Parts: sequence; C-alpha cells; structure tokens
Amino acid sequence: MDDLAAIDVAPLAVLLPILGAALAFVLRRHPLAQRTATIGTLCLTLALESWLLVSAWRHGAQAVVIGGWAPPFGISMVVDEFSALMLVVSTAVSLTVLLYATGQGMADGDEDGPISVFHPAYLILVAGVSNAFLAGDLFNLYVGFEILLTASYVLLTLGGTTARIRAGVTYVVVSVVSSILFLLAIGLVYAATGTVNMADLAGKLAEIDPGTQQILHVMLLVAFGVKAAVFPLSFWLPDSYPTAPAPVTAVFAGLLTKVGVYAIIRTETLLFPGGRLNTALLVVALLTMLVGILGALAQADFKRMLSFTLTSHIGYMMFGVATGSAVALAATVYYVAHHIIVQTSLFLVAGLMERRGGTSNVDRLGSLAKLSPVLAVLFFIPAMNLAGIPPFSGFLGKVGLLRGGVDLGTPLAWVLLAGALVTSLLTLLAVARVWNRAFWRRAEDAEDADPILLIAAEEARRPATGTTGVKTQPHRLSGRGDAAVLPPTMVFATGVLVALGVALTIFAGPLFDLADQASQQMLERTPYIEAVLGASETGGGR
Amino acid sequence: MSVNMTLLIVMGVLFAAGIYLLLERSLTRVLLGIILVGNGVNLLILAAGGRSGLAPLYEAGTPAEDYADPLPQALILTAIVITFAVTAFLLAMIYRSWVIARRDELTDDAEDRRVASKDTFDFEEDSEVELETSEFPADIDDEGEGVHTEESRRAAAARVAGERLASELRQASSEESAGTNNKRRNRKAR
Repeated sequence: MDDLAAIDVAPLAVLLPILGAALAFVLRRHPLAQRTATIGTLCLTLALESWLLVSAWRHGAQAVVIGGWAPPFGISMVVDEFSALMLVVSTAVSLTVLLYATGQGMADGDEDGPISVFHPAYLILVAGVSNAFLAGDLFNLYVGFEILLTASYVLLTLGGTTARIRAGVTYVVVSVVSSILFLLAIGLVYAATGTVNMADLAGKLAEIDPGTQQILHVMLLVAFGVKAAVFPLSFWLPDSYPTAPAPVTAVFAGLLTKVGVYAIIRTETLLFPGGRLNTALLVVALLTMLVGILGALAQADFKRMLSFTLTSHIGYMMFGVATGSAVALAATVYYVAHHIIVQTSLFLVAGLMERRGGTSNVDRLGSLAKLSPVLAVLFFIPAMNLAGIPPFSGFLGKVGLLRGGVDLGTPLAWVLLAGALVTSLLTLLAVARVWNRAFWRRAEDAEDADPILLIAAEEARRPATGTTGVKTQPHRLSGRGDAAVLPPTMVFATGVLVALGVALTIFAGPLFDLADQASQQMLERTPYIEAVLGASETGGGR
Repeated sequence: MSVNMTLLIVMGVLFAAGIYLLLERSLTRVLLGIILVGNGVNLLILAAGGRSGLAPLYEAGTPAEDYADPLPQALILTAIVITFAVTAFLLAMIYRSWVIARRDELTDDAEDRRVASKDTFDFEEDSEVELETSEFPADIDDEGEGVHTEESRRAAAARVAGERLASELRQASSEESAGTNNKRRNRKAR
C-alpha cells in the first residue's frame, strides 16, 4: 500500500511551492534565508515528484480527489507516466535555473530593490506549472495556467525598464486573450456536456453532436496553441522573451510553451481521440517548423534566434501529436523532455555569453572560444543537441518522430518528413553561425566588435608581463578574469543542465520505455479514466 | 434548456464591443476590451448553468430540480477573481508605460524593425575573402611578405577597422607597447 501514499501526497507538488513562496516573501529582507528557503522548497518538491514518477511508472495512472467530493464533481488530480515525467523534468530544470539566478544575484549584488520579488514569483510559477500538469479537470487546468501566467507577468517585467514594459504589454495582452478563449471553451464544454472533469468528458464528449464537438475541439486547440506558440499564433513569443533577464527567459522557454503542448496532447488523446483534425495539425506543424527556423536565420541577436528556434521546434512536437500513432506519441513525450532541457540550457549559455562578451548580438561577438573555453563547451553540446546531431537526444527524438511519420506513409506525412529534416539542417546552420561568429572568429574580425571583447582578446594574446591595458574595470576587461565575470555558481548550474541533456542520451533506453508506456496508456485512455472515476475509494484526500 | 434572451444579447454586445476595443493600439482601450470580454465570458458560463433556481443549500424535502446549478457560479467566482488580478496588473503596467514613454500606445519592437530593415549583404558571409590555395597559410605569409594583392587588402581591411577601435580603447597603455603590438599584428594579418 506504500504506492497509495505517493499519490495521496500529489497535491503537495502544488502546495509546497506556494507555501515556499509565502515563506520567501516573508523573508524578503533576508536574502540568504530567502534563497535557502526557495532552493530547499524546490529540492523537496523535486524529491516528492521523483517519488510520484516511480509510483506512476510501476502502477500506471492514479488519481486523488481533493476535499472528498466524488470524482465528476470535485477537483481531482491525476498522475500518469506522462504528467509525472513532465513534473520531474520541469522541477529539475527550475531548480538548476534557480541556482543560476542565485549565482547571478549574488555576483551582481542586487539584494535590495524589486528583485526581492523574484524568488516568491518563481515559486508561484513552479506551482502553476505543477498544477497544470496534475489537473484532472479543465477548470483546474485553467487555474494552473493562470497561476503560472500571472507569475510570469511579474517575472517578465522585473524592474520595469522600457524594453521589458514594452515586451510585457504584448505578452500579457496575448496571454489574457488566450486565457479568455480557454475560459470560453470551458463554458461551452460545460453547456454541452454538464461536466468539466476530463475523465468524465472523455466519455460524454463522444455522445454530443459531431459539429458541436468540432467547435469545442478547435476552440481548445486555439487556446492551447497560443500558449504553446504554434505557428499562426506564435508571433508574441520572439517579441517578448528576449528582453527578460537570462534565467527568466530560460525557464519560460523551457516550461511555459511545454505546458501548452502538454494540454494539446491531453486534448488530442483523452478528450478528442480519433484525430479528426490531424491533417490540419500536420499542416500547422510543418508551417511552425519552417517559419520558425527561417525567422531564426534572420536574427543577429542570439536570444532572439533562440526564441525562434524554440517556436520552430514546437512544430516537431505538433508533428508527433498529429501523427497520432503510439510510436510518434512516445517520441513526442521524449522530445518534449529533451527540448525543455536543451532549450533552457542554451538560454542559460546565452546569459553567460552576454556577461562575458558584453552583448548578445552575435555580429559583435568574437574570440569567446579563446577567452572562455568552458563557455565554448557549454554552448557546443546543447547546440549540437538542438540541431539533432547523433548521439545526442535531439537526434534520438527526431528519429522516433520520423519513424512515426514513415509509418503513417501519406503524401502529407512525407512532406512533413522532408520539412522536419530541412528544419533540422537549418537549425544546425543557425547554431553553427553563432559558433563561427561568437566563438571561433577573432574579436577584431567582427564588424563592430564590443570594445570589452577587443581589449580582453588583446590582453589574452599579450604575454603575462603584468602590463594591463586599462585599469578602470579590471574584472570585465581582463582576459584571465573568467571567474570574476562568470560566477562559478552560474557556470555550475549551466553545466548541470548540459549534463542532464547528455544524460537523456545515456538513459535513452529506460526513458523510451517510459515514454512508450506513457503513450500507450494515453492512447488506451481507460487507465486514466478508471483512475479518476474509480478513485473514490482511494480518495478521502486531505 | 431555455436560455435567457436578455443575457444573450448583453453577452453579444459585451463581446462585440470588447473585441473592437482589443484591436485598438491604445493600451487603455485594450484594457477596457479585456474587461468587457472577460465579463462576456462570465455571462456565458452563467448561461451555461441553465435555468435559475433555489440557492444550492441542502434542505430536506426539496426536489433536486428546484436548485440552481452551483458549479458555474463557483467557476465564475474564480474567473472574476483572476480577471480582477490580471486587470490590476495590466493597469499598473500601462501606468508604468505612460510614466516611461508618455504615450498610451503600443510601441514597435526596435530590434524587430532593425532586423526587418537589415541589408541583404552580410559582412561575415558575403564579403570577398582571399582564396586560400595552400593548406599552409603560413607559407604564403613567408613568400608574399610585402606583396599586397587586391584580395588581401580587402580581407585585411576588416581587421584594420577592428584594430583602430581597439587602439583607441588602449589609450591608457603606453604608446610604446601599443605601437609594437600593432606592428606585430599587422604582419600577422597579412
């Protein structure tokens, strides 16, 4: 019966970060205590979610009913392989990004000021993400979305500078409109079926008029599509993400869009199985991939380029969802986990590059490989991973997706296969360009190199005779001042995340087993439905 | 299920006016649009709850059909709170935007404009570079010492431009060391 205990504490995955946020808010005058509390909370949450994952892996989908209300009426939280995997990956990534942010905060000494709101808001964000992954009914999913979005509004506009406010307005308005659309869809779903519980809906939606079904289906997909940044609805993302502080952009890129993808996967497998909109989704996936990566190629700013590759690679996940077979869905699950880790680590590296080179504009960077070999390694591994070079996890995930496409075998699927390969190649081109410019070429060869880099490169080349050129800013300008500009904590956190990305390859076997199991359970649907609707006796809750 | 006609009409007006305002470029109007559409959705959920009835407090002997559906009301309550919080945040942000820019308008992304207006010529990729005929560039250096071809001039121009900037910034260092350095690097550049 020990596994029953695991599911019974599932709500703590949401509650712990919220309580931690309250604690962090109280401790805002004591930065050290605040950091300890935040990191401690996330560690606890991660441990709890790992337990949930093990339990879900052994016993399949389980549900807990909160407040003792019988399943279709009360709030239920469901853990199956997919949601447990997402929980663990997202919290692990949040934890490393938090370490990175803490390192940055300590290095820059920004204890006072509006930054003290960072830690509580960050924990609320994690709580929202966990809630969205655990939600067993549509309305709780909406609440999860709202929690994470509201926290993200605060994080995105941290400090309230001109650029962040400008980006924040676009982001908030688009997010609010998509949330309203989602709420509208929930209202209509309730009007049509009389329930918002997803397990209950799985049965009841099939009974209503096909036309109504299609309207509800499309409305939900559009609402989630905005959050997941799927092609025609993705233009807000590269506009708003790059201006935020590096750790914030990193965690947004890793988690927020994936929550949208998660919701789309649930909609497609649990609520509206059968894939009536698959052809449309395939076209959307193709356009998402191509338009995104072409946008990435046009960018000079590294962070903007990464934002575009982010939207582009959402297309791969849509491809997997739209293919609809167990193989493709398993690959999608694996790919989502891979993409969370890799995209986040690249954004963290972008933050480090900006610190080292003074700018994130690749046209103005150079010599970084010589100035900071560690940074070069940290960039190179996730970059190749993103482009899908074997043996990295990006390659494994893409092979799985392509196999799903080959199995499908329709002409459109072949077009998508070609599109996916082209996107992969163009991604390689985009990251190789960054590598050539920022890391390999000499700073002097840059069109308009950042002065900091020029002097640092000069210092590095000159023999160490002690004749330092400029003495006003010794840390920034010294070629050997790596440790001063790049705090060890930040480099360590990035390193952990990069290592996690490599671990996805090393443990690809068990992970694919898990993903296979998850996708089969999702396609079968009965385990999920039975877990919720037959859960009254395990419930009782808290 | 009968639906209250007044409710429907009010809802339609709220949606129409709200969407119209959302499409404006002025931020306060966008905010008003969000408020109107948000309330329209709340009415929709209320309508989704079906006919009105008794307050859903259990009383022995009352048949179940007499009660109103309590779930939509709970949903609306949550939605109202969320919309309220988001509206407050947006209002603060619009005010901040006004304080910074003195304009109640959505501004363009500067970087986006820059990328859009970028020249098709890319310095790094499209500039002409010397064709390397040897595997060992150092050999050319030895043989071609002092000989300037058109290509090598053009290729070196970039470096010179970079160096000029670098030397300007190296003013604090002694004139002597900077001079020798430049000479050494110029030779390398060829």
